[in-house]
Amino acid sequence: MRRHGLDAKILAGGQSLVPLLNLRLTKPKILVDLNGVSGLDHIRETSAGLRIGAMTRQSGVERSAIVREKCPVLAEAIRHIGHLAIRHRGTIGGSLVHADPAAELPAVALALDAKFEVLGDGMARAVCADEFFIDYLTTSLRPDEILGEIIFPVLQPSSGYAVEEVARRHGDFAVAGVVAVVDLDGEGKIIGPRVALFGVAPTAVRARAVEQAMIGQQPGNELIRDAAALLRDMLDPPGDIRASSAYRKRAAAVLTVRALTKAVQLCHTRRLS
Amino acid sequence: MTTHCAIEMTVNDKRYTGLVEPRLSLADFLRDHLGLTGTHVGCEQGICGSCTILLNGETVRSCLLFAVQAHGATIVTIEGLAAKAKSGDRLHPIQQGFLETVGFQCGFCTPGFLMTTYEFLQENPSPSEEEIRERLTGNLCRCTGYQNIVAAVQWAAERLRAR
Repeated sequence: MRRHGLDAKILAGGQSLVPLLNLRLTKPKILVDLNGVSGLDHIRETSAGLRIGAMTRQSGVERSAIVREKCPVLAEAIRHIGHLAIRHRGTIGGSLVHADPAAELPAVALALDAKFEVLGDGMARAVCADEFFIDYLTTSLRPDEILGEIIFPVLQPSSGYAVEEVARRHGDFAVAGVVAVVDLDGEGKIIGPRVALFGVAPTAVRARAVEQAMIGQQPGNELIRDAAALLRDMLDPPGDIRASSAYRKRAAAVLTVRALTKAVQLCHTRRLS
Repeated sequence: MTTHCAIEMTVNDKRYTGLVEPRLSLADFLRDHLGLTGTHVGCEQGICGSCTILLNGETVRSCLLFAVQAHGATIVTIEGLAAKAKSGDRLHPIQQGFLETVGFQCGFCTPGFLMTTYEFLQENPSPSEEEIRERLTGNLCRCTGYQNIVAAVQWAAERLRAR
């Protein structure tokens, strides 16, 4: 990558890049295939969280017992990506670095404040999720760097979570979607709410105003509806062939209500079990 | 100047070698170099599922892989499916199911559906109709309206459970 700079492109799972090549939408002179590189395909539990190698296949993460137990929202989000044949090749790092605004994984990373371990020129640096995603299909990775690992924090066993999205068909790109995680304290009040949206801005976005409105509150339909209504002033989604801006804005609010309601319900269920 | 790469892989229990440009897709290698034209190339963007094959036991889109990436791999294409039937059977129960229920019309998408179904029924031998429909969303058929394809998968699942 150092030698070829912007003439070269990294090939991970190829489920986004190869369609672009086949359609002649991008024409890199050099492809650097990471599939032969060892040490990038693993899932490890550490005190910092789950460390997942960038080249770990999405289907492997989705089926991992440790991910399902410690960070189930990640497995849940991956189920929404394309189809199984896509997820068998598609990698967790590839999706994050591609940074498609309609993709699920960047929203999960933002919601959980995941850390990105970036490798380049004999050096490693850690980047927070909110500094990783810069713009439409753009991250803070430099041309001579690759993503090595992503560290996803472990969820509390009592945490509730949900991933909701609208797509034309199962497996299609999401028109809009949301990742929600909540927990309840001993009195049943909301702690640590996390809401991240995708498909509604040039990058996935944290809905911090919605989170703020819920902290320390008793969860209920009205609270969730009022909190989600704050998205109206926060979002200015793009309109395209699949949905208008107004539709996306409305869908984001409806999906946020659904996801938070589901997450709170799951919290109650998991606390009882 | 384009250099060629020597590759070898096992396809349908047979070893093949080839000398290919790095840019050649696996689907084109199977079709044009090995003559295994049962793998169909529809959209070339991973959407339609016609080119689905098994790479080391897992379904993948062969249009989104380069042949060089399959170096050393074990592949099953539609041509190898019948060999996985019980000895004496000319067709695999999944193939037979698509015949029995008329799960195809023009047949272009059929190889992909069969390979997807093969993986699916190994994981889930008794799927519900909803589970079948969900799994088949990754394969497009423009003729049948899917009803008979779902029936074919149910027919095959029943036959495979019985054996």
